[in-house]
Amino acid sequence: MPELIITKNIDAPGLDTLKGYRKRGGYKSLAKALKEYQPDDILEMVKKSGLRGRGGAGFPTGMKWGFLAKNQPRYLCCNCDESEPGTFKDRMLMEKNPHQLIEGVILTSYACRVSVAFIYVRGELALAGRQIERAIEEAYGAGLIGKNILGSGYDLEVIMHRGAGAYICGEESALMESLEGRRGYPRLKPPFPAAVGLYGGPTVINNCETLSTIPAIVKNGADWYASFGTEKSKGTRVFCLSGHVKKPGNYELPLGTPLRTLIYDEEYGGGILDDKQLKAIIPGGSSTFMLGADKVDTPLDFEAIAAAGSMLGSGGVVVIHEDTCIVGAALRMTEFYRDESCGKCTPCREGTYWLTEIYERLEHGRGKESDIDLLMDICDNISGKSFCPLGDAATSPITSSIKLFREEYEYHVRHGRCMVGDQHAQQETLLAGAQSVHAGAPAKEM
Amino acid sequence: MISEQAKQRMRELAAHYPVARSAVMPALYIAQQEEGYITEAALEAVAEAIGMTVDDVESVATFYTMYYQQPPGKKVIKVCTSISCYLRNCDALVDRFEQRLGIERGETTADGNYTLMTAECLASCGTAPVIQVNDEFVENVTLEMADELVSEWERELSADVGTQFIAPSSDQEISAPRAQ
Ligand SMILES: Cc1cc2nc3c(=O)[nH]c(=O)nc-3n(C[C@H](O)[C@H](O)[C@H](O)COP(=O)(O)O)c2cc1C
Ligand code: SF4
Ligand code: FES
Repeated sequence: MPELIITKNIDAPGLDTLKGYRKRGGYKSLAKALKEYQPDDILEMVKKSGLRGRGGAGFPTGMKWGFLAKNQPRYLCCNCDESEPGTFKDRMLMEKNPHQLIEGVILTSYACRVSVAFIYVRGELALAGRQIERAIEEAYGAGLIGKNILGSGYDLEVIMHRGAGAYICGEESALMESLEGRRGYPRLKPPFPAAVGLYGGPTVINNCETLSTIPAIVKNGADWYASFGTEKSKGTRVFCLSGHVKKPGNYELPLGTPLRTLIYDEEYGGGILDDKQLKAIIPGGSSTFMLGADKVDTPLDFEAIAAAGSMLGSGGVVVIHEDTCIVGAALRMTEFYRDESCGKCTPCREGTYWLTEIYERLEHGRGKESDIDLLMDICDNISGKSFCPLGDAATSPITSSIKLFREEYEYHVRHGRCMVGDQHAQQETLLAGAQSVHAGAPAKEM
Repeated sequence: MISEQAKQRMRELAAHYPVARSAVMPALYIAQQEEGYITEAALEAVAEAIGMTVDDVESVATFYTMYYQQPPGKKVIKVCTSISCYLRNCDALVDRFEQRLGIERGETTADGNYTLMTAECLASCGTAPVIQVNDEFVENVTLEMADELVSEWERELSADVGTQFIAPSSDQEISAPRAQ
């Protein structure tokens, strides 16, 4: 078992309180930093640690901080909007160890000379939001946030902001729009947030897990952190394992651990559900390209997963076994992007509707041979031509599944049903039954 | 009617943020808590406290799905139907709730007791399939559990009616929606 960094003691009772967190060494990094380090020392430390963003894009964290424009006031946004299908680590970090995140937020704010920090928590995660709010209150009470923190002369305000149901608000510029009290539409980039961000000020934005890692780096040093992982992908990260495995859950592993270890090792996934055959893996949340079972020996690091044809993304590893109809699974993911498209730009808004329609006719036996190429063609017109990366993301499950499992799409066209899968067939029958019971009234989302 | 106390909290929030407008989302939550959903009075109170026009507040409120445009049921049940829950049979779960509650997804029962919704990935994929009942998680939900939950809510809601005019009894606590 590797030494855990951010999930260390995660299930210890009372860890979520200030007292419990302090008992296990919490806020010592902050005290040390304010006493011994200048802001730039911490910046250098994080650069040297090799830490890369855990929110999706994997951008080097220290470098991002270094890009901040010099003008004041500067802001920090901590992205806790976790909503990428297949991802459930930030919720755990907030619910079980909120003070670790707060300490990371304070350290980052100090390093970046920020005076107001926001923690944007996804609206649906009510308990996580309450935990963060309570931790902020406790930290204010203990003089860890506010004026003259621990007698250092450094002042910081921290505000928890609850989202209210919109996947797009996880995109950094949409998050800032939302924080400014507007509809969560993405902004044109450049200018990047580091130059013109929240309220027009230089803004650093990082994911919840990224910032939860900062206290350990400050405490143990950059070299220590960099000793985990691979040459280019340093440290550990929390992999969210879900789908058809025996033991789904969050597992913190050094980057570079093979997918096979995560999925099959007794300590982690414990193998495929019902001992079925592995069919496909989505390695980094539903926005990343699906990989075939032949890629199961790929190490989970940024470079190796990219070489295999996908991305580490948000760390959400979704395992799919042999009984799954790929067309059905891709339809489900496509519906997500259709529902979450913010509607600002045409390729994504119209394209995701059209894609879903085609999938529905394929799924229900009304598809045409030409529909498969039509799907690819529409994806080509969305990807790289949309206003924000959600458009690109919407095409990932489609193009990758057609490339890997084209014969299943063709089977759907020719036979009007799935090539595989009792489970899927079962769901279909159940659904068909339900539809005939409630004939007439169309299913409508509130 | 939005209480004076709620309006005061909204004004405090507006002063708390670097720019008052940022308080519109938390203020909408406060209003919704009082009204049950976003009513005309809610929009007006928020607009006044934050210093925005009513139309402007409404345009924000309608962007986000958690601000209800209609009164929701006493129990708002959200069933996650995204990919990891899909792989763990969430569709059968939605069907079961539809059958048991006699409504379709997106609808509220005529007695105002239940609203059934489907939800996008609820960040609980490791314990799929998952539902939320009034924002609290119930994880690893089986069809049997779904049946038990419905029976439990039925008992709780009928007890509510029965005890409306007498002191709240402690059994109400027992049948409160289970947090994880
Ligand atoms: C549609 C969309 C949704 C996103 N959702 C999230 C999210 O929920 N959480 C997150 O941390 N990053 C999310 N991101 C990535 C952010 O835009 C941003 O890159 C990230 O928060 C930066 O933090 P990091 O450098 O620490 O990874 C999303 C991006 C897109 C395009
Ligand atoms: S790509 Fe989609 S989500 Fe992004 S701006 Fe365009 S419509 Fe909105
Ligand atoms: S897919 Fe259902 S909680 Fe993530």
